[in-house]
Amino acid sequence: MKFQVEDVTVYFPYDHIYPEQYAYMLELKRALDAKGHCLLEMPTGTGKTIALLSLITSYTLSKPQNPVKLIYCTRTVHEMEKTLAELKVLHNYQVKHLGPQAQILAVGLSSRKNLCVNPTVLAAENRDSVDAACRKLTASWVRALAAENPNVPTCEFFEQYEKAGSGAVLPPGVYTLQDLRAYGKQRGWCPYFLARHMVQFSNVVVYSYQYMLDPKVAGIISKEMQKESVVVFDEAHNIDNVCIEALSVSVRRQTLEGARRNLSKMQHEIERFKATDADRLRKEYNRLVEGLAQGGNLPLTDTWLQNPALPEDILKEAVPGNIRKADHFVHVLRRLVQYLEGRLETENVEKEGPVGFVASVSTHAGIDQKTLKFCYDRLHSLMMTLEITDTDEFLHIQTICDFATLVGTYTRGFSIIIEPFDERMPHIPDPVLQLSCHDASLAIKPVFDRFQSVVITSGTLSPIDLYPRLLNFHPVVSRSFTMSLTRDCICPMVLTRGSDQLPVSTKFDMRSDLGVVRNYGRLLLEMVSVVPDGVVCFFVSYSYMDGIVNSWNENGILKEIMQHKLVFIETQDVVETTLALDNYRKACDCGRGAVFLSVARGKVAEGIDFDRHYGRLVIMFGIPFQYTLSKILLARLEYLRDTFQIKEGDFLTFDALRQAAQCVGRVIRSKADYGMMIFADKRYSRHDKRSKLPGWILSHLRDAHLNLSTDMALHIAREFLRKMAQPYDKAGSVSGRKTLLSQEDLEKMGESIADEMLR
Amino acid sequence: MSCRQVVKRASYKSKIKDPGTPGVLTMTENKFVFRPNDPSSAAKFDVEFKHITGHKNTKEGTDKPPWLNLSDKDRCYIFEFGSFHDLHVCRDFVGNALAKSGEAAKASSAAKTTSEKSGVTLPDEQLSTAEMQLRMKLLQEDSELQKLHMQFVISGVLTESEFWATRKKLLDGDSRTKSKQRVGFRSSMILDTKPMTDGRMNKVTFNLTPEIKYQIFALKPAVHQAFLTLVPSKMTEKDFWTKYFRAEYLHSTRNAVAAAAEAAEDEELAIFLKEDAILASEARRKIRRVDPTLDMEADQGDDYTHLPDHGIFRDGSKDVMELQNELYRRTLSQDLNRQGAVVLQGRTVDVDLEDPRTVAEALMQSRRESDESAEQDRLDRITRMTEIEDLQEHHDHPVAQLCIKDPRDYFDTQQVNALKTLDDSRTGTEQKKCSLTTEEAYGSLREAISKIKSIGLKNSTVAPEIAITVLNGLTQNISSTKYQLGKNPQDSVLDSLPNKTKEELLHHWMSIQELLRHFWSSYPITTTYLSTKVGRLKDAMSQIYRQLEEIKQSDFRHQVSLLVRPMHQALDAAFQHFDADLQKRAARSGGETPNGNS
Repeated sequence: MKFQVEDVTVYFPYDHIYPEQYAYMLELKRALDAKGHCLLEMPTGTGKTIALLSLITSYTLSKPQNPVKLIYCTRTVHEMEKTLAELKVLHNYQVKHLGPQAQILAVGLSSRKNLCVNPTVLAAENRDSVDAACRKLTASWVRALAAENPNVPTCEFFEQYEKAGSGAVLPPGVYTLQDLRAYGKQRGWCPYFLARHMVQFSNVVVYSYQYMLDPKVAGIISKEMQKESVVVFDEAHNIDNVCIEALSVSVRRQTLEGARRNLSKMQHEIERFKATDADRLRKEYNRLVEGLAQGGNLPLTDTWLQNPALPEDILKEAVPGNIRKADHFVHVLRRLVQYLEGRLETENVEKEGPVGFVASVSTHAGIDQKTLKFCYDRLHSLMMTLEITDTDEFLHIQTICDFATLVGTYTRGFSIIIEPFDERMPHIPDPVLQLSCHDASLAIKPVFDRFQSVVITSGTLSPIDLYPRLLNFHPVVSRSFTMSLTRDCICPMVLTRGSDQLPVSTKFDMRSDLGVVRNYGRLLLEMVSVVPDGVVCFFVSYSYMDGIVNSWNENGILKEIMQHKLVFIETQDVVETTLALDNYRKACDCGRGAVFLSVARGKVAEGIDFDRHYGRLVIMFGIPFQYTLSKILLARLEYLRDTFQIKEGDFLTFDALRQAAQCVGRVIRSKADYGMMIFADKRYSRHDKRSKLPGWILSHLRDAHLNLSTDMALHIAREFLRKMAQPYDKAGSVSGRKTLLSQEDLEKMGESIADEMLR
Repeated sequence: MSCRQVVKRASYKSKIKDPGTPGVLTMTENKFVFRPNDPSSAAKFDVEFKHITGHKNTKEGTDKPPWLNLSDKDRCYIFEFGSFHDLHVCRDFVGNALAKSGEAAKASSAAKTTSEKSGVTLPDEQLSTAEMQLRMKLLQEDSELQKLHMQFVISGVLTESEFWATRKKLLDGDSRTKSKQRVGFRSSMILDTKPMTDGRMNKVTFNLTPEIKYQIFALKPAVHQAFLTLVPSKMTEKDFWTKYFRAEYLHSTRNAVAAAAEAAEDEELAIFLKEDAILASEARRKIRRVDPTLDMEADQGDDYTHLPDHGIFRDGSKDVMELQNELYRRTLSQDLNRQGAVVLQGRTVDVDLEDPRTVAEALMQSRRESDESAEQDRLDRITRMTEIEDLQEHHDHPVAQLCIKDPRDYFDTQQVNALKTLDDSRTGTEQKKCSLTTEEAYGSLREAISKIKSIGLKNSTVAPEIAITVLNGLTQNISSTKYQLGKNPQDSVLDSLPNKTKEELLHHWMSIQELLRHFWSSYPITTTYLSTKVGRLKDAMSQIYRQLEEIKQSDFRHQVSLLVRPMHQALDAAFQHFDADLQKRAARSGGETPNGNS
């Protein structure tokens, strides 16, 4: 369908539209007009992604004089694939109705591991070894060598791509990773470098958060993006954590040991070069004197992870004299590693600010702050000079230099915490030194500064006023949408008591209580016997899930559950979990039905949808609080309290409930879909906890469903499922509140009415 | 099939009490011949099937010997067989032969009727022999169908083509080959075949059946592989399983250290304890074909937070797990996931499970085969998944045909529901059947009153003991059926009835279903042919209606009437429609040709 949003003609690939999608587009359009940032919360299952994509592409189409580039950031690769698939549907529609002028180029960008088509490189196990294997074949010096000596192996795909030169372009279209690989294979061009190259010319780029937020990666990928871009962070409820992770480093014993090995190897290389090619080292020295740490523009294949500090914090100065010489630099690093080793051998937990730490490094190891700050760039330069290609081997020393640069650059918003062991397992010594960032606004600041519009959107951004504080920005539009429904297709319930009427909770003192374990088991058992198709359960942690499943197995509950449905479990092994999920879907597809047991902060909760028959019921066992005794968390809470005046308890509850809401929100995909959500913990019945849930869940949570026991919940579930099986009025035309708008509806009413309908 | 014949040893009896004459029974396509062992015996005959009007046989499991009773108009032939197996072979053969001869007879009679009833002709279908044989085979395989065929086609209620017209699906050769339902694995874990300890001795016992062996092979390719290489060249099968369960036992003690120690000593034991390498490689292969919208492995390749030491290592949101002796640690989660995967894969092997060796080999074969590319399918799925369903016109989803193996199962399960609703509606209006007329009742009442008047109320009219027993009996009977029926989904009303009544009821149910299907499909009546057909059907139905009424008079009145009621209701609806339609048509034809009527 085609309709007007103010002065923009929007092309939308479906025959109908939800009113909230329309309102969402309207707000988004105003934010784009105002060239400002915005924060939009819209319930899952209302087609956020397609609304966003349609509006922004149509916006570009209607303003051909200054086209807007869309940079769409997702948290995971599979979300990237989903987004691109939706974009494909949209693009096909637009091309069909507008002809070739609507053609756009959209690419998904990922690492070499996901894009490479060279079988020898792909044989490597993980991402880093794939990167290294690729470098071994494509680094500029390797290729220079290969030009002289045909026995040196190179990558034929990259050579072909290079040969094609500027002719190597992607024709317009939407390319998923799969499509890129297929195209690369067909043309014989390297899809990774092709995609990297095409990023500058494409209208839509889809990639993961890190490519925008992590300065190490963003420095390579995102530095050429023009200011007139719209950056979208989808599923952004966890964005503060991603920002913090991007600027945090941890150092363990293994890291230091590895770093020592790396240093010896580098020393060895330096000796070798001194003997054979001393000129090269001298050249490097001269370059460093001139202040060119990076050595000018590197060929595409030689690029390295960039400086971990944020762009404006990197000094544009010459490298300090004491580390210009390769020998000296290696020596400095040795001293640093030794110092860190000494610090790790502590008996107690130590907490320090960056300033204090730098001072102590300076007194004990004789390394000053400026030297620390340049560690990363200096290492980078040295690795280039030494022509090191097996970069995966050198990750440890890289980590140390990361740490040094960050600690030398920042004086506030960070702390250094040294723990001799994990408090949950005090009998296993595992010392770790962590540089932890507390301020999420640091990492995202360059993004807000650089791009004219940044859209932060998710199904759960409640309370919506907290995010601007956490991320320190001023949105021009900040809006939370509710869901317009013809029927109550979601049914949240709070279950406080088990079948024996005793309270259930995952509170620390109750969670191992056998009665609670049994009550949770009975709850699942009763539910699987009445709910068709898929049932998803979320637990508060892996260890808790492991324990509870084992005890269910021992007392036979698991066996009874398996008589109704197949059981699949998320494990910490991603491959196994992925296969388990695939099988889970198969089981739901074929009608056998299955239960998926998963973890609230795990990989599955992060981005897998359990829509339609893949999830008719979600049970959230307990409240997924963070481990509150964690030193890092405490430090962060303290920082938040002091800087943003956010109370500790508020933040913890907010964090736990956004996770819970995120978990249960995975069941709904559209209004034709339906699902139940059970919050199984007595603490959910308390107002201060519950009220932190997003509005669209709260508005469906009836007072009668606030304090249920298993048998009552079962009864409600039966009634609900029966009700949902009836035919219903999709468009909501009878009740007066339209929930599905056609093109005529939209033409008839002005946007003001649509806006009103949602209030 | 035409050349087929059955030869069985049997003894012939003219009456049930008759001791019987031993001999040989030979059955061919159109006749059966009995030759007694004693050539002097007079019990020697040669009868053509077309004279036979009915056949009965005794049921296996009853105390009667295996008898087959074939009857024609004036006499019956009873054969006693050596075993029920023989009986079944012969019974099937007879049924078949009868059906065929019946068809032949009917064909000729049909030819006659068509010539008589001028104009009412159907395009007489010329059946190929292949089709005929297919029908024969179907009848032979399905005794229910055969019964129905006998009842309706041979008695002339339905014609042959009408009968088969409603079963086009069955005749469709393609679907027939597929329709055989294969039994899958059970969902519950076999991996935790719990060891049984007798408490006194230091010994644990594991139970092992061929079925379990097969599942173990399917679940654990490494064990499967080991079996193929080790048995019987290196160890006997018994040793193999002993070792396997020893490993299982070690695992069940959750002592990873002990397991590691044992494995270090025993090479073969280590195979069972170690992580399954074949599974791991299979997983790597499968992960490439997984739906990209849930491929979390790709994230790991993308996400820079997976770099070692990147980000926060130990914060409150991350989880800690003890991981030690990982090689010998198998978790319940892995087992559960594996079990699910195998159950979904289903049974890939179709061989006798007795010999583990053949099973193992067949399984290996099937593993190699199951390597097909489903790329296109996968892509289709993604596009289907991304579309928002209620914003656009509805797509038709591909439908897999439901195959209910035994229709009776369905009937049984539905019975409870039917009864429930009936029970609910009945509570208010309890209907009592009373055979007394008003005069009789009035008379008896008057008699009782006059009796009381004359004797007074000193002795009650009915002895109290009798009254109590009657009352108790009634309450128990009624309340038990009323309150217990339908409460428990496991026991159906049907099972509480004696076998004979049950059989009868089921048969009637089948027949009614068949008739009703034909009946309703004939509306609207457009040709005279249809109207005669409906007439025929109606007659047959009213006959069954009466039979049902008779069954209702039996001892289990209450239960039976519960079961019969839905049948009656269905029939009543049909009759009503028939009458209404008849009137309508009469009125219409009357309106059209007023002259003819007056």
